[in-house]
Amino acid sequence: MTTVDEATAPALDAPGREPGGRWRRFRSRLTPYVVIFPGGLWLVIFFLLPMIFMLSLSTQQGSVVDGYSQVWDFGTYSRAFSNYHDQLIRSLEYGLISTVLQIVIAYPIAYWLAFRAGTRKSLYLFLLLLPFFVSFVLRTQSWNFMLADNGFILSWLKSPSIFGWHLPFHLGQSFHVLATTPAVIGGLTYNYLPFMILPIYVALERVDPRLIEASYDLYATKFRAFRKVIFPLSLPGVFAGVVITFVPVSSDYVNAHILGGTNNSMIGNVIQNQYLIVQNYPTASALSFILMAVLLIGVFAYARALGTEEVLEVAAR
Amino acid sequence: MSQIPQDPALFRGMTQRRLGRRSMLKASAAGAAVMGLAACGVKGKAKAPATQAPDQVAAFWKDKSQHGHVNFANWPLYMDPKKPELAQFTKDTGTTVTYSEVINDLPTFFAKIQPQLSAHQSIGYDIMVITNGQQFKDCVDLGFLAPLDHSKMPNYTANVAPKYTKEAYDPGNVYSVPWASGITGIGYNPKYVTTAPTSIKDLADPKYKGKVGMFSDTEEIGVFALLVVGANPETSTPADWQRAADWLKAQRDAGIVRKYYDQDYASALANGDIWLCMAWSGDIFQENLSTPGANLKFQIPSEGGTLWTDNFTIPITADNPVDAMNLINFFYQPAIQASLTEYINYITPVPAAQAIIQSDAQKATNPDDKATLEALATSNLVFPQPADYANLHYYRTFANTTERQQYNDIFDPIVTS
Amino acid sequence: MTTVADTLDAPERAATPRGPRNKVRTRWGDRMLYGYTWVVILWLMAPVIVMILFSFNDTKGRYNTSWQGFTFKWYKPENLTANHDLVQALGYSLLIAGVTTVVSVILGALIGIALGKYRFRGQASFNLLMFAAISAPEIVLGASLLSMFVTFNVPLGVPTILIAHIMFSLSFVAVVVRARVLTLDPAIEEAARDLGASPFTTFRRVTMPMIYPALISGGLLAFVLSIDDFVVTNFTAGGVVTFPLWIYGTSKLGMPPEVNVMGTLIFTGGVILAIVNAIVARRRARL
Repeated sequence: MTTVDEATAPALDAPGREPGGRWRRFRSRLTPYVVIFPGGLWLVIFFLLPMIFMLSLSTQQGSVVDGYSQVWDFGTYSRAFSNYHDQLIRSLEYGLISTVLQIVIAYPIAYWLAFRAGTRKSLYLFLLLLPFFVSFVLRTQSWNFMLADNGFILSWLKSPSIFGWHLPFHLGQSFHVLATTPAVIGGLTYNYLPFMILPIYVALERVDPRLIEASYDLYATKFRAFRKVIFPLSLPGVFAGVVITFVPVSSDYVNAHILGGTNNSMIGNVIQNQYLIVQNYPTASALSFILMAVLLIGVFAYARALGTEEVLEVAAR
Repeated sequence: MSQIPQDPALFRGMTQRRLGRRSMLKASAAGAAVMGLAACGVKGKAKAPATQAPDQVAAFWKDKSQHGHVNFANWPLYMDPKKPELAQFTKDTGTTVTYSEVINDLPTFFAKIQPQLSAHQSIGYDIMVITNGQQFKDCVDLGFLAPLDHSKMPNYTANVAPKYTKEAYDPGNVYSVPWASGITGIGYNPKYVTTAPTSIKDLADPKYKGKVGMFSDTEEIGVFALLVVGANPETSTPADWQRAADWLKAQRDAGIVRKYYDQDYASALANGDIWLCMAWSGDIFQENLSTPGANLKFQIPSEGGTLWTDNFTIPITADNPVDAMNLINFFYQPAIQASLTEYINYITPVPAAQAIIQSDAQKATNPDDKATLEALATSNLVFPQPADYANLHYYRTFANTTERQQYNDIFDPIVTS
Repeated sequence: MTTVADTLDAPERAATPRGPRNKVRTRWGDRMLYGYTWVVILWLMAPVIVMILFSFNDTKGRYNTSWQGFTFKWYKPENLTANHDLVQALGYSLLIAGVTTVVSVILGALIGIALGKYRFRGQASFNLLMFAAISAPEIVLGASLLSMFVTFNVPLGVPTILIAHIMFSLSFVAVVVRARVLTLDPAIEEAARDLGASPFTTFRRVTMPMIYPALISGGLLAFVLSIDDFVVTNFTAGGVVTFPLWIYGTSKLGMPPEVNVMGTLIFTGGVILAIVNAIVARRRARL
């Protein structure tokens, strides 16, 4: 703000330089850091730092009564993995099957919403997202209630009758849906479906209709237009949906707990059990870290290839 | 659009900054900070346990006064939902009681209260009912429990059966007095199970595939598995544990077990989800009473069952310990114990209650009630004879935490399958 | 593929392939898609419908087992508030959601504005941090926070739940606000500065009103995320029971009708809020 500065500073209309001198410029350079500081600090302290503590806890040994001491015991990882690798692989399996099922179920809906729904698009989106106003634990428990072995659906199917007339076929007495693998995968697919519908819908919405018109001009049938134009353009949405869906599905444990039986536990169940019931913190932290590493590495590989923009935009929706 | 390479990864690669000296320095500084943090350990929380030494008891109780309210944490199915005993207590003493059935399985409950109690904070309860297992020992070792003042419980001293004053898990009853005892056996639904199960091996019978329930508590399931492979639970060795675990694994892998339950097996039995299950004696009776149409049966297997005791304890940070002591004292009146046992059907620590139940049976006018009460007064499950005790086993006690962790490491993977 | 002869003959072919076969296929295909969408909507709604239905169930026992008749008795205020644990759990959930919304909107909006308006060193890594916070599995978030609390012997309770909720809501709010800020025209703010406004006044009078809708939808998102959160709360709650935790615990023995009633009430409330929000938005757009 001295005259010297004003003399040597470039003209006011020169691009790239804020008027007012060095102190002002320094302050304005500082602004973004100041603005981002409170939120950023919170994230660093309560997101990054805990990861480090979790990592540190995983190499310690001890118990709740005696206390834990840092002994850099990396054997915990191999023991945890050998004890629970079944559940880890099962989680990834369930995640994959559920994600594929979700793509199959969600794609036609997203297509219909984007291209055929017309003015009532937001109404149908609203209807699709309506069930998710209810807590997801409550919805899963509701499924548990509906699919009970002798609940109102299955007991009717086991001796079906319409107004007194007994139908000739019925399910066996020991037939059950709950406590089986399809029940868990069904629950996972049900609970995370909107995470797949939305990205695909967003991507399909963005397809430029002129491209489709152009393909018709070039004598494409509707099916061909879909196969060669619309579908490839929607793939980024599908990939974003896969990323947003696969991670929560693989690490879920509520569905397996409520709807599943033995041999259906996922790695999330094990982690929850080790932390909250057995209080075996080293094993629990080791398993948690392994899960996080497996999932985040996959996700970051995706993000590098396809950009974080898609995912962040869908999250904004 | 055409100037920028279409492949985002390539674009990023061409424009990213390279790894340079600055970034290496930054990375190593961050790494050093991480190592420093990672070296933090978690402090142990064990404290020297209090004794029944008069000065310890006096020290705890000297500044405590009555407040007029008690918060009681208990397991489900341990009191008539209408809570007549608590109503009677409030009528007699004016102290109100908030009864919460928050304990579903001990490890979960312990994990919930442990952080609070370690930090000397109140957990919101003045009485909690803890089983004589691993968690009880942990509570004692960690100094979570208040020493009880026996001078405030004359009813206990007068009415309790002598065997409960000599328990190994709490010699001299410094921290606990019994609430009720129970037996773990096999519960089954005779509608689907035509031949009554007599052995633990019946729980692994292929004809009940997918219809068997087991407990998820490792102590409970461990005892049963050890019994079925022929070991004595109280003196079992790690080799025995491994054999027991293998039996359980075989049972699970054959698809016989539907689920590992904690509290909800009784309703699963009643509505036909499972046909037989490990069960607690009183729960079966109560399920029959509360669910119309249920006719479940309970059986102690030939290899033996498990005998456990649930105990009154007062957390050391309780807000209303004096009122809690009054409640405990109140519950040791034979009439109250009789009323409680008539509903919950568990073993009462007060032998005088049996006579009261028998006289209630004679006074009953309703023939159903009369039959139930008479069966109750003579039931081996509620008033076991000395001979019955021979067939009952206790949980394994562990010498140190390493042993216990070893035990858990063997059985945990099975129940969290 | 079309032959050369076809190409020569076909200058009048319309843009969209017409003809009787295409028309029929269009109608059938569309109808099937429409029907399919409705099937999925109904499938998604099924447990909610059952939940609402059974809140009117005249059940004699403590739990819903089968349909036993229609009644309003569970909606009576005495019955609703009779369950002390339920009321307490709801209270905690609402309190935590309220505080989380306020704090995470403030912090998240600041992050969103910083990321959207300015360009600074470390922006890419911060973007990565937020991306990681959004896509990290909830169980890992909860587990790592628990690890940290255990290391420092912090007693678990409402403060720890708040910390966790604010942490994961932050990034969602930041993303929403950032998306909005990116669409803002910097010329408007420049105009304000030209007219002599200080940066603070510019922010208060010009930027804030422009990003207001993003703040509202970010706040709504944070509120919903917090009230519905189960996994992270399970790890950081200690003895405190919030509404989802309470549902999880009570439903072990069966579905008590109070749970159905509460679910129905919350659902209705949410629907009404959403409809009001839509009407207000439409009216504002029309202005």
